[in-house]
Amino acid sequence: MIKAILIFNNHGKPRLSKFYQPYSEDTQQQIIRETFHLVSKRDENVCNFLEGGLLIGGSDNKLIYRHYATLYFVFCVDSSESELGILDLIQVFVETLDKCFENVCELDLIFHVDKVHNILAEMVMGGMVLETNMNEIVTQIDAQNKLEKSEAGLAGAPARAVSAVKSMNLPEIPRNINIGDISIKVPNLPSFK
Amino acid sequence: MPAVSKGDGMRGLAVFISDIRNCKSKEAEIKRINKELANIRSKFKGDKALDGYSKKKYVCKLLFIFLLGHDIDFGHMEAVNLLSSNRYTEKQIGYLFISVLVNSNSELIRLINNAIKNDLASRNPTFMGLALHCIANVGSREMAEAFAGEIPKILVAGDTMDSVKQSAALCLLRLYRTSPDLVPMGDWTSRVVHLLNDQHLGVVTAATSLITTLAQKNPEEFKTSVSLAVSRLSRIVTSASTDLQDYTYYFVPAPWLSVKLLRLLQCYPPPEDPAVRGRLTECLETILNKAQEPPKSKKVQHSNAKNAVLFEAISLIIHHDSEPNLLVRACNQLGQFLQHRETNLRYLALESMCTLASSEFSHEAVKTHIETVINALKTERDVSVRQRAVDLLYAMCDRSNAQQIVAEMLSYLETADYSIREEIVLKVAILAEKYAVDYTWYVDTILNLIRIAGDYVSEEVWYRVIQIVINRDDVQGYAAKTVFEALQAPACHENLVKVGGYILGEFGNLIAGDPRSSPLIQFNLLHSKFHLCSVPTRALLLSTYIKFVNLFPEVKTTIQDVLRSDSQLKNADVELQQRAVEYLRLSTVASTDILATVLEEMPPFPERESSILAKLKKKKGPNTVTDLEEAKRERSADVNGGPEPAPASAASTPSPSADLLGLGAAPPAPSGPPPSSGGLLVDVFSDSPSAVAPLAPGSEDNFARFVCKNNGVLFENQLLQIGLKSEFRQNLGRMFIFYGNKTSTQFLNFTPTLICSDDLQTNLSLQTKPVDPTVDGGAQVQQIVNIECVCDFTEAPVLNIQFRYGGTFQNVSVKLPITLNKFFQPTEMASQDFFQRWKQLSSPQQEVQNIFKAKHPMDTEITKAKIIGFGSALLEDVDPNPANFVGAGIIHTKTTQIGCLLRLEPNLQAQMYRLTLRTSKETVSQRLCELLSEQF
Repeated sequence: MIKAILIFNNHGKPRLSKFYQPYSEDTQQQIIRETFHLVSKRDENVCNFLEGGLLIGGSDNKLIYRHYATLYFVFCVDSSESELGILDLIQVFVETLDKCFENVCELDLIFHVDKVHNILAEMVMGGMVLETNMNEIVTQIDAQNKLEKSEAGLAGAPARAVSAVKSMNLPEIPRNINIGDISIKVPNLPSFK
Repeated sequence: MPAVSKGDGMRGLAVFISDIRNCKSKEAEIKRINKELANIRSKFKGDKALDGYSKKKYVCKLLFIFLLGHDIDFGHMEAVNLLSSNRYTEKQIGYLFISVLVNSNSELIRLINNAIKNDLASRNPTFMGLALHCIANVGSREMAEAFAGEIPKILVAGDTMDSVKQSAALCLLRLYRTSPDLVPMGDWTSRVVHLLNDQHLGVVTAATSLITTLAQKNPEEFKTSVSLAVSRLSRIVTSASTDLQDYTYYFVPAPWLSVKLLRLLQCYPPPEDPAVRGRLTECLETILNKAQEPPKSKKVQHSNAKNAVLFEAISLIIHHDSEPNLLVRACNQLGQFLQHRETNLRYLALESMCTLASSEFSHEAVKTHIETVINALKTERDVSVRQRAVDLLYAMCDRSNAQQIVAEMLSYLETADYSIREEIVLKVAILAEKYAVDYTWYVDTILNLIRIAGDYVSEEVWYRVIQIVINRDDVQGYAAKTVFEALQAPACHENLVKVGGYILGEFGNLIAGDPRSSPLIQFNLLHSKFHLCSVPTRALLLSTYIKFVNLFPEVKTTIQDVLRSDSQLKNADVELQQRAVEYLRLSTVASTDILATVLEEMPPFPERESSILAKLKKKKGPNTVTDLEEAKRERSADVNGGPEPAPASAASTPSPSADLLGLGAAPPAPSGPPPSSGGLLVDVFSDSPSAVAPLAPGSEDNFARFVCKNNGVLFENQLLQIGLKSEFRQNLGRMFIFYGNKTSTQFLNFTPTLICSDDLQTNLSLQTKPVDPTVDGGAQVQQIVNIECVCDFTEAPVLNIQFRYGGTFQNVSVKLPITLNKFFQPTEMASQDFFQRWKQLSSPQQEVQNIFKAKHPMDTEITKAKIIGFGSALLEDVDPNPANFVGAGIIHTKTTQIGCLLRLEPNLQAQMYRLTLRTSKETVSQRLCELLSEQF
């Protein structure tokens, strides 16, 4: 069983946390910190598995992680999961994100937390793997987006119009974003200067 | 076209996130967050109805704030309201908020459950999916109560969509995990098994996960899944990869599902049906063959997926442990991986080999890789891989390679990571003891261990070396010489001083003949370390000194001078001061004879399971070590006579520092008023919960062991040991209960209580006095229970012990073995008399018979001893069949005496017994039969 899925960046800032076992909010934050501490001190090219920290349940649990540019994807699992299988699952997750966001980068995860959760929900449910077929996952997400669009077409139009007008006068959004720690691909956000 | 178009984002959210990311300090961030929280709060509270878009935006902001680690204490109600919206977007964000933020005991659960119920009934697959996700993610007991009956129906209904089926399977699995009692088994189970044949591989995957978990608890019910799983697996493995729609992952057909199916098969023994078995073997062989084929892609994903299946297949082969041919192939495959350039594969190969090493067929094959594993220990850059290498060396160790492995582990220890040192120390200590051919090697190894990693050597390790040296004459002289030499080092670890002090105190005389280690030199050497040591070590050294006074009269005056010095006699530490005073006095007043008696060599320690092993198990968690350990122990049983399976002493080690000479301080005079027997005031003032703990685990077993004997250890844990001594005559008895404090800290508010049910109280009268409420560290207190059997009884009294240890409240309950048979008086009689009485007691209420399977080896002598221990006379030459046992006796109670006859007929072939009891009272026959049946 998967106990938790964590994504954080090279500085330990959490970008996604999903726990499939009840932990108090404090413990959740501690687990994120502990996991970051364990994972970040490891060299590149060492193996992708290590024993879990004490908070998540000690050595009966494994941390299986991958490091993509600025982000760590960490799955905490118990002994009933196949290590290499989970490693593949992380890859499927990232490839799916990449398809859905088109060249996914850290910023996408920050600004679309809800989408990331939805994509994850199509893959993992209650700590068990629901679907591993990327096409199937993307189809589901597409269907959701269509629903969303059709609803937005009816009710969201005024709000979106207002928001569009407001955006016009904005001095470029990306300048406000501290992108010092991002080195995957910074999206080409339009510049209004 | 990307599925998420970037322009669609919520602008307010983007601005907020940007603001947070621009905050220069934590304070600024908190300030900005508080501002936003206030804003959202006012928006939620405001009377203007929010549209879906705004609600969604605010909920997303809250999610972001939560992710940063701030508590969110509102918004839950708004999220719940979103659930009942008819709009997908709003519903979805509501569910998202709830599954991230609502913990399972929230009082909102009822409202949430209501919304879920509506969505499940909606027949809209999207809404059903959302609802099922929510149940699976929260998974609380309340949800299980509400939906555990509903979900199986959705799962097996013919018209349920595939995606909903998938979700329903995993949802049910989650509920089963949290509350197995609430998930009703029923006819849906057989239909779930048939989902393994479903067309949609996603459904099969989810169903396999569900069945695997259910089958672990109810193997019989899901037995049919084995053949279905095998045929499914076979179709995947042998198919050309194009058959599997989109489930082919980098040229590997449905790797995830294969892994899950192989896991499911690990819940069962090898299939009995030869056809199924043959098919499975064929699958496993195909998987092993594929590993040798050239890769179809250079991508790492291809090899990962392929190897994920391969490793799982190997696990299954190891689990079945029945096909030598496959086992050897598996071992060779793992051997190849040990040298693979992928670190992940080396890691997994070491891990799998660890389990393989405990298999009979492949232990030797694993051993051939020893050089590679040692090399891994030396050269791997990754600590997690090195740790697996240590585990594997430990698992593959046997008598033939123990010296090499221990030496390698010792040399690795010098540079090992701090995080795994203690574990390595324990492993070295265990291996050295278990496989020691010659105990001088053992002593050298442990001393080396202390030299290299003294700080990581726990008490258990050095206690153990002392136990072993004391129990083995052949190594004592060598041990004394070696510790003496080791102590010469200018800086030696305190643990070495402890071992040295103890051993020289016992066996220093064995090396005193050599002028280089004369008594005075030994003493000066030890005393030169004295001032650098902690108090417990100094206390131990003082005891060594008094032992020297006995061993070497010539240094008596020197030692007396030391004891007499102010730094000892007026030491601020009470323990040291007391020892100095008492030892000084002892050395002055006692004659040589008395000294020699008091300070005699320590008697051998009783054989017991190594406390180190217990510690390692504790450290690694019971599941990880035990199985392997048990397997290894069985194999090595013949080697060292094996550690005795000592029943009660899981982790008992006397604390030498506290009680080296058996001189330990006598139980102190009661301090403070004894607790009044009424206990009213005590109860009012004590802050401890006075609820009685449930019976300690293992209590039943221990109880059964006392049916045929009167003395022994009733209970033992890390803190407390309870011993019993009892004697019975006619209807009276007396029981001495000994409570031993195994720690070095006082127990406070120590209150043992005897609890009898009302029924029992009228039939059995127990009288006892309260014991002193403080039990000093290392001390033992005694309690006497006077027993009178008024009438025959069935239950047993419960002994509940409550006390404070450190700041924590301890509560232990054990069944006290006072059983009806204790009031037996044996009666001898001739064959004729026996059968005459047997016939007299022939009414159906008087006879109770039980036929049962032997739990222990059927040994005549042991059986005889048990019947005598049970209290009745054992009558020889009575039964015409010499293999049978008959006994007779009288149970004494205050009111009556009950004559009892018993007959035990063993059936060696069937490994069964038939036990017949005839007494003049039905309840007595019944109870005696129950008690005695448990014994064989």
